[in-house]
Amino acid sequence: MSDISFVRKDMLPPKEPPASEVGVLGWLKVNLFSTWLNSLLSVVALAFVSMVIYKLLSWALVPTWHAKSLSECREIFAALGKDGHNSAACWGVIRDRWPQLLFGFYPNGAEEGVSDQRWRPVLDLLLLGVAMAPVLFSEKVPRKLIYFTYVYPFIMPWLLWGGPIWTPICIAAGFVIAYVVYRVLGNIFGSLVGLVAAVATALVWWLFLSGPIASGLASILPIGLEPVASRQFGGMMLSITIGVVAIACSLPLGILLALGRQSDLLIVKSLCVGFIEFIRGVPLITLLFVASTLLNIFMPPGTNFDIIMRVIIMATLFASAYMAEVIRGGLAALPKGQYEGADSLGLDYWQAQRLIIMPQALKISIPGIVSTFIGLFKDTTLVSVIGLLDPLGLTNAIRADAAWNGVVWELYGFIAFMFFVCCFSMSRYSMYLERKLQTGHR
Amino acid sequence: MSILTDPPKESFRLSMLIYDTRFRSATIQVVALIGFLILGGWLISNTAQNLVELGKEPSFGFLNEPAGYDINQRLLEYDNQNTHLRAALIGLLNTLLVAVMGCVTASVLGVVIGVLRLSPNWLISRIMTVYVEMFRNVPVLLWIVFINAIMIETMPAPRDFRGETPEATMKLMDTVAITNRGVYVPEPLFTNSLGDVHLFGNSSLRFDVSLDLLALLLVLGASLFASAKIRSNADKTQEATGVRPTTWHIRTAVVVLPSVLLLMFLGLHWGYPALKGFNFQGGTYMRNSLIALWLALSLYTAAFIAEIVRGGILAISKGQTEAASALGMRSNRIMNLVILPQALRIIIPPMISQFLNLTKNSSLAIAVGYMDLTGTLMGITMNQTGRELETVLLGMLVYLTISLIISGVMNLYNKRVKLVER
Repeated sequence: MSDISFVRKDMLPPKEPPASEVGVLGWLKVNLFSTWLNSLLSVVALAFVSMVIYKLLSWALVPTWHAKSLSECREIFAALGKDGHNSAACWGVIRDRWPQLLFGFYPNGAEEGVSDQRWRPVLDLLLLGVAMAPVLFSEKVPRKLIYFTYVYPFIMPWLLWGGPIWTPICIAAGFVIAYVVYRVLGNIFGSLVGLVAAVATALVWWLFLSGPIASGLASILPIGLEPVASRQFGGMMLSITIGVVAIACSLPLGILLALGRQSDLLIVKSLCVGFIEFIRGVPLITLLFVASTLLNIFMPPGTNFDIIMRVIIMATLFASAYMAEVIRGGLAALPKGQYEGADSLGLDYWQAQRLIIMPQALKISIPGIVSTFIGLFKDTTLVSVIGLLDPLGLTNAIRADAAWNGVVWELYGFIAFMFFVCCFSMSRYSMYLERKLQTGHR
Repeated sequence: MSILTDPPKESFRLSMLIYDTRFRSATIQVVALIGFLILGGWLISNTAQNLVELGKEPSFGFLNEPAGYDINQRLLEYDNQNTHLRAALIGLLNTLLVAVMGCVTASVLGVVIGVLRLSPNWLISRIMTVYVEMFRNVPVLLWIVFINAIMIETMPAPRDFRGETPEATMKLMDTVAITNRGVYVPEPLFTNSLGDVHLFGNSSLRFDVSLDLLALLLVLGASLFASAKIRSNADKTQEATGVRPTTWHIRTAVVVLPSVLLLMFLGLHWGYPALKGFNFQGGTYMRNSLIALWLALSLYTAAFIAEIVRGGILAISKGQTEAASALGMRSNRIMNLVILPQALRIIIPPMISQFLNLTKNSSLAIAVGYMDLTGTLMGITMNQTGRELETVLLGMLVYLTISLIISGVMNLYNKRVKLVER
């Protein structure tokens, strides 16, 4: 009887885990029904979410896309058996007015004598993408593209506002002249003399020479675009214009302010601190009041420059103060050894900042920089208070039309959606950038 | 034998101002100062010249002229014959009112949402994520006008409350009326009221302070102080003997009883809103614009505070929790004694700067017609008197003062809780 054994000789195959621990059921148990309190919360939350989604869908899913007016929409609601004015969405207003919400009163070919110019902002936006690609996705696009980024600031305003092509070319020429002067005189008399001479030449060129030369060239060779007045700007295009320009200008200004605030030069430091604290202490809307009512008073008599330009200036100053504080945080977070290391390599102040300090400080402050950008972009809606026609300002203009008098939710929803898409993608990009630049070990 | 001599003294040359580091910083500063003075002088001389041309010499005399406009949501008495200065004061109080209300609601909401975002419950944390992203990525101005539209468009009109079978009813046991004109809530009334103190006599800044409120605050403050004293005594006993005396019932009594007694003595009863004529009468009236501004600012800021709270809690390393539970602490004690004191150090400074943002964003009241400082001083007063420079400067100064006070408080706090590093 030797073949009787009391011990199993072969291994049993591992059993499947119980069905309540794996798969959908297991996930549900862990994430939704782990304790009785959690289960209760989940049920309540589920009921809430389904109610919200049901209400939203029953409001949004109505065949009103082709309605020509609000009353037509309401006839459709009545035919569907929905009572009450707010029971369903009137999408006709979006179909009718979305070009306006995007472009404001930019010439759309409806007027006599002016053809449809809306390709210009669109082209501008596309070119903006091209110009930003070398900055945003530096490893994925050819290096040479960065030259286009340098040229873009001259193309952008020309495309938007129009006028003869010679104006932007002459302004750009000022930079070229200044560079040439700097190289030539700098080699002979030293870099400081070169710098001063370059700035002086450029100023003389812009103030006295470029205007007459540009108009002279324009009368010889009239190449240009239909000029568009600032009051015709509006909609998302206006928000993006103000936002992009102010963002682009506020970053370098913010860096300078942050460096000034960190420096040990007493006067420079107190000027920077005063500026930053003043701007951060007042609401943006008061600065916009300054832009709309006071900025012309501050300028020499007779100056009257463009309202959009004034708003951009104030928005830039506003954002740069916040940017300065964000960057100062990044500078303060750098270990002191980095500064000392740069000094011991014999780098001067600007070299050290450019090669050692700023790359690291900016990397640390990316989340703050991007949230300042997002905040600024959202704040562009405030220009509606001083009478510019950004999307929010246009809602009143649209409601002034008898056909759409009384439309509320569709417009606000559409505008909120546009802003959400822009801001959300910006914040996702900042996360991508943080991951890409992450060099430490965690 | 060698003699060490001083190196020959270099005579001063002009180029040393730039190339010698001993002088360079002075040069830069002087250049910066001169540049700043030139810029400032240029702006001021332009302004003076322009103002003379426009015939508007700067003066603040307009503040003492009658304002001539009504303010329908106000904390102090005011009519349109009062001065512009008083209108500005009413506006400032309205700004502070909405800012304080907003800060309280935003903190409560923000903390709840921030904690719930960390909940192990998948659905709850997702809902909170959606909330945060929804509010953070849409401009606050849009939320303000949106909520204002909700109040105006979807709430019942006062006449809907009338009749045998009204279309709308008052909420919370007939005490709160929500209409498309605003919200009416019960107001506290006192039968044995102590009366008011009139400050600043008959000037534009006259100010009535209710003695009832003052007495209540005094009593409440004293009882809170007593309660804190009892707690510190209990702490001492615990440190001396190891046994913590039970104090919660005494402390509750000390806080609650005196105030209740005072309120009974003053004869507290509530004035409820009631429909009379075309509108509700009685109770405290909060206009739509106030409700919209308050809700929108609270909801918007709560999203930011939620992120701050979440970040603060996540920043406390897991080892702290584990060490505390290794010491045998219960989970609520871990939260109170280990996690929160450390997390608050991280949470509070950015939270205060969110309060600052909320206060500044309250200036968007102008979009819905709530008469805050921007609406009165920099709105109607500016348009009526044409004094852009004075009104905007004054308004900026007031906002700047509020901001500086708030950031001063923040700096004090930071100094108190700062870690003492080696």
